[in-house]
Amino acid sequence: MSYSTTDQTKHISIFKTLPFHLMIFAALIFIWEMTNLYGFEDQIQADMIAPRPTHIVLAMLDIFIIDKTVWKHLISTFQKALLGASIGTVIGMGLAISATLSVTFRKYIKPWIILMEATPRIAVGPIFVALLGFGLWAAVALAALVAFFGPFVNTFQGLMEIDEEAEELFRSIGASKFQTFWKLRFASAMELISAGWKLATASAFGGALVAEFIQASEGMGVLISQYVIMITMDYAFAGLLSVTIFGFILFKIMDYFDYRLIFWKNDLLLLKESEKRRKKAGITS
Amino acid sequence: MAATAKRTEDLSKFGQTVIEGKNVTKVFGETVTALEGADFNIQEGEFISLVGPSGCGKSTLLRLVAGLIEKTSGDLKVNDESVTKPRTDIGMMFQKAVLLDWRTAIENVLLPSEIKNRITQSDRQKAMASLDLVGLKGFEFHFPKQLSGGMQQRVALARLIQTGADIMLMDEPFGALDEFTRERLNVELMRIVGELKATTLFVTHNIQEAIFLADRVMVMTPRPGRIAEIIDVKFERPRDISIQTSREFNIIVEQVRDTLGGH
Repeated sequence: MSYSTTDQTKHISIFKTLPFHLMIFAALIFIWEMTNLYGFEDQIQADMIAPRPTHIVLAMLDIFIIDKTVWKHLISTFQKALLGASIGTVIGMGLAISATLSVTFRKYIKPWIILMEATPRIAVGPIFVALLGFGLWAAVALAALVAFFGPFVNTFQGLMEIDEEAEELFRSIGASKFQTFWKLRFASAMELISAGWKLATASAFGGALVAEFIQASEGMGVLISQYVIMITMDYAFAGLLSVTIFGFILFKIMDYFDYRLIFWKNDLLLLKESEKRRKKAGITS
Repeated sequence: MAATAKRTEDLSKFGQTVIEGKNVTKVFGETVTALEGADFNIQEGEFISLVGPSGCGKSTLLRLVAGLIEKTSGDLKVNDESVTKPRTDIGMMFQKAVLLDWRTAIENVLLPSEIKNRITQSDRQKAMASLDLVGLKGFEFHFPKQLSGGMQQRVALARLIQTGADIMLMDEPFGALDEFTRERLNVELMRIVGELKATTLFVTHNIQEAIFLADRVMVMTPRPGRIAEIIDVKFERPRDISIQTSREFNIIVEQVRDTLGGH
């Protein structure tokens, strides 16, 4: 199993279909609002099950601008997610590189990887909280644990894809094993490795939230649970919406990073890069 | 048979023996004999085509000379030294161009220099000249994806020239290209190796191509892989594509077919 990069041409079609998406969205919001107003006999029950979208928007205004509660929790969750993703990626890639370089190592870690794959990693959350307390580190540990798999699988797969003729070329020009590894195998695997980083970020974000739901002092998971316990569902939905919006921004940043890094997959970027390198060499076309 | 071909030059124009094989045998595993008892002498500046069907051992022979695989028995020398590993005086080209997609043409050409040392200004100048020689002036900063299949193989040839090797081993380098591109590249390849005075071993399964390019054609037959015959091709150089329709040329084609047909 492996995951490739997103189709970089898809943004063109989005502009065409955008008006339709907006219409459907507006219709759903309208139905939701009407359901809250006229669909229930009891208004308290209505606000608990389906809080009005207008109330959710007001709650958003409150937590972001008036009361500003959300910021410290957002920052906390992002901090945990990014730390966890980084640690998971370093461990995942380290293990994958070792596994591709050494047959013995590969043999020994295989049962452990299978065991880990079979364990629902989120379920380790309570144990981490018990071990590491409800500060930063339990959430970072869970984020790292769930994040590690994507970079591991993708790096491993990318490095194991060997082009025989390219290897022969490198040997024929007298390249050392080290040179062949970095300049050929690792560079060729970059596309899959970068896709692995995106996966790590997404799963670490989920991992950090779950750890916060279990027990933590701060973070979006804590905030959302608190709103639910207090039965202020419009605020709970506002918290959820914040997570969605900022998660989306984070994934878009990762997408853009991947798009720029793997520039040779995109004709337009290739053209620009080609021109840039020509100029850098001091040659005008 | 070759006696009927136009004899305008003889082997004495070539220098000393560069590649020498005596009874070279390669067995893969325990039982698969890829090459059996190959005897051959290749002189400096000579162009040798290796032609034969799949499994005749032509690629094996090429990789043995390249030092990429080790012979099972026999004697194989390049410039009087037994071949045990890849050598700096040997460069290779493959059926695929094997270019690195994230590097421009010139960065790909500079790869051999980069592997040896840090890239110097003279390496850069040489790379520009190599690209010019293969007809890619103005394409130095294009990426492989921006080049056609034929142009990608030209970059691969420039990279081979960049190694400074005077022995060039080519494993069906134009085999994946269309007929027109292949023909044009063959003519240019002859001009370039002639200019560089390189010794060339060229593997192909195309009989016409083999004869058109070569001073001598080694005809190989499978099961087990063997050199069945070595045929002199004595057309004067530079050769024009039109010689392919001549009577002499077709006599050699028939001779190669006869040798291959007997197997």
